[in-house]
Amino acid sequence: MATKLPKVPVVVVGMGWAGGIVASELTKAGIQVVGLERGKDRNTSDYAMGHDELRYQHREELMQDLSKETITHRNNEKMRALPMRDYGTFIVGDGVGGAGSHWNGQTYRFLPYDFEIKTLTDKKYGANKLKPEYTIQDWGMTYDEIEPYYDTFEKMAGISGETVELYGKRSNPYPTGPMLKTPIMNMFEKATKNLGYTPYIIPSGNLSESYENPDGISRAACQYCAYCENFGCEYGAKADPAVTVIPVAKKTGNLELRTHSNVIEILNDGSKASGVIYVDTITGEEFEQPADVVVVASYVFNNARLLLNSGLGKPYNSADGTGVIGKNYCYQVSSASSMMFFEDKEFNLYGGAGALGIEIPEFVGDNFDHSEVNFIHGAGIRVTQYGNRPIANNVVPKGTPSWGAEFKDQSIKYANSFFPVKSQGASMPYRYNYLDLDPTYKDAYGKPLLRMTFDYTEQDRELVKYMSKVTHKIAEEIGADIIDTNEEQGDFNVNKDTNTHNTGGVIMGADPETSALNSYLQMWDAENVFVVGASAFPHNSSFNPTGTLGALSYRAAEGIQKYIKEGGSLV
Amino acid sequence: MAEHENGKISQKGSTRRVFLKNSGLTVGGVVLGGALGSLLGGSSEPASHHAAPAAPALTVNPAEALMFFTPEQYQLTQAAAERIYPKDDNGPGAMELNAAIYIDHQLASPWGINSKEYMAGPFYKAEETQGSQIRILRKDLFLLGLKSLDAFSSKKFESNFIDLAPEDQDLVLTDFSEGKAPDISGVKSTLFFNLLRSMTIEGVYADPVYGGNKNMEGWAMRKFPGSRMTYTQEIQKEQFVKLDPQGLNSHMSH
Repeated sequence: MATKLPKVPVVVVGMGWAGGIVASELTKAGIQVVGLERGKDRNTSDYAMGHDELRYQHREELMQDLSKETITHRNNEKMRALPMRDYGTFIVGDGVGGAGSHWNGQTYRFLPYDFEIKTLTDKKYGANKLKPEYTIQDWGMTYDEIEPYYDTFEKMAGISGETVELYGKRSNPYPTGPMLKTPIMNMFEKATKNLGYTPYIIPSGNLSESYENPDGISRAACQYCAYCENFGCEYGAKADPAVTVIPVAKKTGNLELRTHSNVIEILNDGSKASGVIYVDTITGEEFEQPADVVVVASYVFNNARLLLNSGLGKPYNSADGTGVIGKNYCYQVSSASSMMFFEDKEFNLYGGAGALGIEIPEFVGDNFDHSEVNFIHGAGIRVTQYGNRPIANNVVPKGTPSWGAEFKDQSIKYANSFFPVKSQGASMPYRYNYLDLDPTYKDAYGKPLLRMTFDYTEQDRELVKYMSKVTHKIAEEIGADIIDTNEEQGDFNVNKDTNTHNTGGVIMGADPETSALNSYLQMWDAENVFVVGASAFPHNSSFNPTGTLGALSYRAAEGIQKYIKEGGSLV
Repeated sequence: MAEHENGKISQKGSTRRVFLKNSGLTVGGVVLGGALGSLLGGSSEPASHHAAPAAPALTVNPAEALMFFTPEQYQLTQAAAERIYPKDDNGPGAMELNAAIYIDHQLASPWGINSKEYMAGPFYKAEETQGSQIRILRKDLFLLGLKSLDAFSSKKFESNFIDLAPEDQDLVLTDFSEGKAPDISGVKSTLFFNLLRSMTIEGVYADPVYGGNKNMEGWAMRKFPGSRMTYTQEIQKEQFVKLDPQGLNSHMSH
């Protein structure tokens, strides 16, 4: 039996970017918040031994413990879903900071096109451009409406970058200048300019220079130490909730942060929530935390799962396309790439940063004509320099064995002499790609796991074919000695490392029939529940999701304050 | 057994020399005070002159001991790992780099018993795209795999794996990698091979704190500087800048 605690105004589930931003904004406004985080508390001293590739990248130190909770996966409804028993494709953060601690820091905005994708696609290409199984829809909010929230997020995080003409209009330049340009970035810049494109430095949350944000948080500049992705930043240079919004919330005295507190249910009567049930993961004790407002701000998967396990919102049904919880799960497609090997060049690839790179804007969104191709949207084509850690980077030309004498010789020969022109493509929602509850497998607390039904679509595969040619053309212009181009998108494989940008499942929109949330991320079906995160994206763009997640979190924080004052549906 | 021991000792001497040559750490720099000092302790280099209390001079690395394998299993692991990552003109192979010590320590750790993996049943046969769905723990798979290596070698060449010529060892391992060797407790031999391969690569390139990558020579071969705090000076240089490797131990004084 759960111990019932005194009621609080707001309870937030999850203390990553979404929960951290909401907690920071509400506590600054004088509202009492209880933050529940299933993992541990964290600050920069946790990373004193952070440059440990094995521990953080290959043993997933910062990630969710899969023995307690995972997802199950099947490629289609004919298959039996089976649990993802260890990490392969995507990773899921855990602890204070969440995915915002282990992320790379690439911080884009989505395009004006993204927010009105259905309207704009129909207008330009007609209603039959995509088959009806592709459930694209407008976001219920335009780029102009979300722009101020992007601006707030970028100022809080100190995003480094340069304005790109082909993207949405900015009210302000980036708060800090672009990251340094390395020799491989120069090579990409020269080649793409020769081809008539307009390369720009990837916007970065790694901080190109020291910066004090509007909350008075000062952070030092990035040292290009090469331990971003999967790692925490011991300098606090990388924007991380644990060094930005959470300390701000703590300082107000209005945040009560409870770690090792895993929420397993949202108590509700079908139209309003009364609080949450959580388990102390150390002692196993159960608690009920009553609250006036429940903010669900955990990772994409758990946001959807918590609603489904709590009977909140109408579950999506792929048979007739009705219902919303679990709908429009999207991923990204990153298979199009051209690996380049150089015989007589060595680069300082041991150095790098998570958001160090250069990209062209010509192949994203509707920046090129799609009349003659069988897909919409596009991909960012880019070169990045994260730092080539040696366990993960043993890249050899096609045809080389994966072990033995030749492998060793070739992998050492090219250790500092390879880099790819790669792509990150948008993912369009599809009727038969969705999230629901698994009928068989349970988590450590006896609750059903989330079941993912997902495979790459025809649209995804066409996009990859097209983008692989673009990467090849650029690689040829750069002039490598060997170019290995990957032209095909295979089936989705839960064990193959590709991309960790999961979105959807609890999507926003203008219509309660086709979306779960309004543009304040307030549930249509339960006015005092706000579901914050990339789970709100109706589709996934080609850009990294955190910028948009951050902007929506600020929007939600504003909505929650409005709701506390006025009550009722905000839209 | 004795021959192996002797072989190891002489290799130790040579790796030390290569390391000193490669790294240039022959003067009393800051790095020499820490664990590197212990690694180099047997030499007459000025490694220990900062150590105030008279600690006993170590002649061996105390982490070079077994917490999981029997000596026979250890030697077989050494031999197999050496074929994955052999000694060549680039430098030492998995054996000299202590990859098998690394593997021993890892299999004795929570990772060896799959402690952070979802291990609840039921276990169904998986499609290609669904990842491995097996109940067997890594530590058990590895030991059964070693047994199977010897059994398969005996059947194919009438000899234990360790006594085969390197070319024949490669043939055996190729069969394991392609799943042509018999299943191991119902598991494809490929799975054991993949475990051996990935652990060998980790053992030659993970930080020396884990017992492998001896003297950071795995890193030195590929000119990887390990875990330094900053590359702001090097990141924009057109020319390759070679830096001596530093391990996690170098951060202990921070």
